[in-house]
Amino acid sequence: MDENNLLIKLEGVSFGYPGGKPVLKELFFELRAGEKIGLIGPNGSGKTTLFHLIMGLLRPLSGKIEIFRHPMKDEKDFRAVRQRIGLLFQDADDQLFSPTVLEDVAFGPLNQGKSVAEAKHIAKETLHSLGLEGFESRITHKLSGGEKKLVSLATVLAMKPEVLLLDEPTTGLDSETTERIIAILKEVDISYVFISHNMDFIAQTTDKIYGMMDGQIFLEEEKIPHTHAHAHGYGKVPHTHSYRNNAVRNLKKP
Amino acid sequence: MIEEGFVHGDSVIHRLDPRVRTVVAGAFSIVVATSDRFVALVPAVIVAVSFLLLARLSFRSVMPRLLMVNGLILLLWFFLPFTSEGEPLFTLGSLKGTMEGIMYSTTITVKSNTIIMTLMAFVATMPIFTLGRALRSLHMPHKIVHLISFAYRYIHVIHAEYGRMINAMKIRGFCPRNNLYTYKTYAYLVGMLLVKSYDRASRVRAAMLCRGFKGNFYDLSEFFMKTSDRLALVLLLLVTACIGLLQWTRIIY
Repeated sequence: MDENNLLIKLEGVSFGYPGGKPVLKELFFELRAGEKIGLIGPNGSGKTTLFHLIMGLLRPLSGKIEIFRHPMKDEKDFRAVRQRIGLLFQDADDQLFSPTVLEDVAFGPLNQGKSVAEAKHIAKETLHSLGLEGFESRITHKLSGGEKKLVSLATVLAMKPEVLLLDEPTTGLDSETTERIIAILKEVDISYVFISHNMDFIAQTTDKIYGMMDGQIFLEEEKIPHTHAHAHGYGKVPHTHSYRNNAVRNLKKP
Repeated sequence: MIEEGFVHGDSVIHRLDPRVRTVVAGAFSIVVATSDRFVALVPAVIVAVSFLLLARLSFRSVMPRLLMVNGLILLLWFFLPFTSEGEPLFTLGSLKGTMEGIMYSTTITVKSNTIIMTLMAFVATMPIFTLGRALRSLHMPHKIVHLISFAYRYIHVIHAEYGRMINAMKIRGFCPRNNLYTYKTYAYLVGMLLVKSYDRASRVRAAMLCRGFKGNFYDLSEFFMKTSDRLALVLLLLVTACIGLLQWTRIIY
C-alpha cells in the first residue's frame, strides 16, 4: 500500500489507566488521506482513550504512534501535530472557555501564530461557513446545547486541521442540529474519524466503520441481516436502506 | 448563578474606561481601608454614595447587597464593644461595653460600607470578563486574572452539576434532616463536586492543549482611553488623595 498518504498509524499500542485493567491491547489503526471512518463500540471500550493517545494527551504504555509519517516521542512532537489535527470533545463546555464566541474561535488561530486581525478574520469566516453569523459577541456559557456544539466545531475547524477527530458529535443533539453537522461534515474536505452511537449518522457520513472491542479495533464491513424496530411506515415489508452500511452487530475478528 | 445585574446600565460610570474604574476602585478602597479618623471617613461615605448616584444604580437593587454585608458586620457588634480595652461606657450583666469598642465597631462598619458601595459603582458595573481584561492590561499577575476568568466561566457549569445531583437525590426521596445521614450525604455531594470539578479542569486543559495552548492568552479587543477617561482618572484620584490627606495630615483636627 502507498505509504505517502498515511496520516495516522498506531502499531501495537497498549494502554491502561493506573490501577485499572488494560484499555487498549496491542491495537493497530491506520488513517489515510481522504478516509472517513466511523468508530463504534460499547461504553468503556477505549474509544475516547484512542483519541487522547493520538493527540498526545495520554502516552501509550507500549507500541508506536506515527502521525504524518513522523514517530511521536515526546510533548514537542505532539505539540506540532496538535496544530494539524482537530479534536472535538464530547462535552462542549470543556472546549469553550472564552467569554465570547469570537474569542474562543480565534484562540486556536492565535496559538498558531496568526495576528489578531488575521485570527479575527478566520474566526468570522469559519462562523459564517457554519451558518453562525451574528454569534461573534454571544457569551459562550449562555448558548444552548446545540449552539455550543456547533461553536465547538467552529473552534476546531478555524485551525484548518488536516484531520478531524470527533468524539460523539451528535450525542444529546436534536435532529435539526444533527442534520446541520452532517451537512457540515459532507462539505469539508478533511479526513476524519468519529465516535458515535448514532448509526444513521455514521451511515450518512462515513465510508468505513470500525468496531472497538476488548481493546482492539476491527473493520466491520460485512452486512449482517437483522431485524430492527422502525419509526417509519412499511417497516414490515422487506426493504433496503440507502446507507452504505446499515448493520453493525456481533463484532467479529476479520 | 452570578447575574451581573448592574452591568446593563447607562451612566457616566458605565461609559468610563474599565481600567480607570478598576484603578480608582482599588486606590479608593485601599485609602478607606487604612483610614481610621472620622474626619476622613465621613467625606469618604459621601463620596461613595455619590459614586452610586453617578452610576445610577437603583436604591432597591443596592440595598439587598448592603444588607448582606451588614449582616456579617452585625456579628462584630456582638463582640467588639465588650472585648476592647478602654473606658467602660455601659454594663450588660457582667459585661462591660467600652467607648473604644463602640468606636472601633463603627469605623469598621463605615469603612466596609464605603468600600462595598465604591465596588458596586465601579466594578459591579462591568462584566466579570471585562474586569479580567482590565486587570490583565494593568499588568496584574496573569495567574490571578486567569483564576477570575475561569472561576466565573465554570461556576455556571459546576452549579448546573450541583443542580443535577441535588435533583438526583430528591427524586430518590432524599429529604434533609438534622441527622448524621443527612450530613454524610451532603459530604458526598461536596466531595463529588470537587472530584467532578477537578476532572472538568483536566478536560478543559486538554481541550486547550489540543488547540495549541502554550500558556498565552490573547485579547481581541483593545481598550481605548478617551480624553474624558483621562480627566476622570485624574479627578477621581485627586478625590482619593484628599481623603488620604484628611486621614494622614492634621489639616483638620
